[in-house]
Amino acid sequence: MNASKRMTPRTRGVTLRTRGFSMRLDLRGAIVGLLLVVLSLVMAVVLIGTGDFPIAPADVLNTLAGNGNPAQDFIINELRMPRVLVGLLVGAALGLSGALFQSISRNPLGSPDVVGFGQGSAAGALAVIVLFQGGPGAVAAGAVVGGLVTGAGVYGLAWRKGVHGYRLVLVGIGASSMLSAVNGYLLTKADLQDATRAVVWLTGSLNGRDWSQVWPLATVCAVLLPVVLAYARDLRMLEMGDDSAYALGVRVERTRLVLMLAAVVLTASATAAAGPVAFVALTAPQLARRLTRSSGPNLLPSAWMGAGLLITADWSAQRLFGADQLPVGVLTGMLGGGYLLWLLVTERKAGRI
Amino acid sequence: MRKHNGADGDADHTMDQDIRQDQDTRQTVASSTSTGTTRPRTADATDGPQRLVAEGLTLSYDRRTVAENLSVTIPDHSFTVIVGPNACGKSTLLRALSRMLKPAAGSVLLDGTAIGSLPAKKVARTLGLLPQSSIAPDGITVADLVARGRYPHQGLLRQWSEKDERIVQESMDATGVGELGDRYVDELSGGQRQRVWIAMAIAQQTPLLLLDEPTTYLDIQHQIDVLDLCAELHEEQGRTLVAVLHDLNHAARYATHLIAMRDGVVVAEGAPGEVVTAELVERVFGLRCQVIDDPETGTPLVIPAARRARTPGAPATAGSPARKDDGPRELSAATAASAAGPDRADPPRA
Repeated sequence: MNASKRMTPRTRGVTLRTRGFSMRLDLRGAIVGLLLVVLSLVMAVVLIGTGDFPIAPADVLNTLAGNGNPAQDFIINELRMPRVLVGLLVGAALGLSGALFQSISRNPLGSPDVVGFGQGSAAGALAVIVLFQGGPGAVAAGAVVGGLVTGAGVYGLAWRKGVHGYRLVLVGIGASSMLSAVNGYLLTKADLQDATRAVVWLTGSLNGRDWSQVWPLATVCAVLLPVVLAYARDLRMLEMGDDSAYALGVRVERTRLVLMLAAVVLTASATAAAGPVAFVALTAPQLARRLTRSSGPNLLPSAWMGAGLLITADWSAQRLFGADQLPVGVLTGMLGGGYLLWLLVTERKAGRI
Repeated sequence: MRKHNGADGDADHTMDQDIRQDQDTRQTVASSTSTGTTRPRTADATDGPQRLVAEGLTLSYDRRTVAENLSVTIPDHSFTVIVGPNACGKSTLLRALSRMLKPAAGSVLLDGTAIGSLPAKKVARTLGLLPQSSIAPDGITVADLVARGRYPHQGLLRQWSEKDERIVQESMDATGVGELGDRYVDELSGGQRQRVWIAMAIAQQTPLLLLDEPTTYLDIQHQIDVLDLCAELHEEQGRTLVAVLHDLNHAARYATHLIAMRDGVVVAEGAPGEVVTAELVERVFGLRCQVIDDPETGTPLVIPAARRARTPGAPATAGSPARKDDGPRELSAATAASAAGPDRADPPRA
């Protein structure tokens, strides 16, 4: 009895094995992930039905299946569907990139909006709006370029025989405050019309998003998700420190570079589509981790959590403050800011900062 | 999380540099006759090709050179211990042997092939490393952490075979943490945690295992505990162990092959009974001492000279800086208590 019990170590999860294939499935993580996906989809349907012209969830589903009347079809497929899809994709991209950054920096504060990538994308977009009066496409391109340049800059400055968590966070916070100064300067240079447009963009909003924002973001997510998942096992090993990961045969710098690049591109694309939506990247991975109670980066649960958070925040913004009045970024900013304070206090109590 | 030791990275240039001449004398020291115990499996560099060899290494951090033209052979199936003062390059050498530091010149050969040119996972199936600084991920259990040692044996399709499962349990049993599988690593004591990390390294199932100061930050009981565990791994499983240790007496007691370094140069190597003499300790560590037989194991035991004997103004022993190996054997109770440390019986190692 005792001997048979001791034959198998009590590792987390359920073991699945067939010939030539074996894996451990983290049951709790999988269930949490599934529930979050269901929640996001339900909220998406509710959000599609919300607005000046309310539509019952059953009608939404009917119309999505192609059986709606022309009016509903127009409202849902042309007006609201793209907005909700952008919301889901932006939330998932931010949640995923937040999980990647926090895992790589081994620090819950090492998320793209804290270390300046959001500000970098904003600086790129603002420069396009203020200096070149560019259209939406150019603004999106500016945001991507700004995010990538900031990412390269922070990586370069933080790199010293490898990138280490604290240095990345500190360099990023420095870059972030410098970029806010740049953004403030650009705003004062702008005329009133450009400045208004820029401020709305800066808050992060899903208002007026159409299919032209959906496709680029969907493509980025479809390409990067498999890449990120392929490196997920290496990332788990990296969490034990560079030396331990080396010892286990992980190509440390390469893994880190690929995953950081993926995270920067995800953040920049999300920012290009919806503006810098605050704090989703910071909170989603931490909330997901508390639900799954799993060590490791929790990549997929974080992505689903981000999608659910953003959609729910957008719905709340519309319901509580009237349709299209309050950009979603204001709400996530308030919630996320409160969460950040709580995190700082508990981390301090735990003696980690 | 243990603090990373940067001490070896900061060379201590106040020590006299002419120690490099000692390289020439190291063969003499190594081949000097010994009255100590014999160790059949300790092969010298001349015994034919060994699995892990470093040839003509130049090791540097940024632009500061730690060692030049350093050659070391790790005898197969030995428990090799590298000792030396801070900043002598011993940890740097271990990093180079484990391919974490790329040498500026020379190469580390694993089974005759330059280690840097081998695939990372393949190396990780032959050569394991217990690093000085490891971080237990938040909320991980002992069994899950030890299971990560199987990583180099796993692939995308084969992530958790029955063999993995069996070896993880065996590794936990071998290190005495078999009953702790469900516990969170953060809850364990320092000694238990170090056992868990060693279990992870064992689960990697490598014939060669490098350990970077495995006893640092442990109290004396757990230091001996960890060293006993290493000795068991070496004796019962025939693994080749290479450890960097700070404590010369621990090194002398547990090593089958000792490498003494100073200023990036191997000053002496060989069986501890042959290598550890008062003269060598003074040359390597700059410390006057006596070397006596360890009453428990018969291995050399280094007793630092009393303070007044080491003070420059004190004339009493100034004329004889290095006492002979076969010097006075008597030992005051006070010195024994402060230096002998381990107070538990330990079977003598042959």
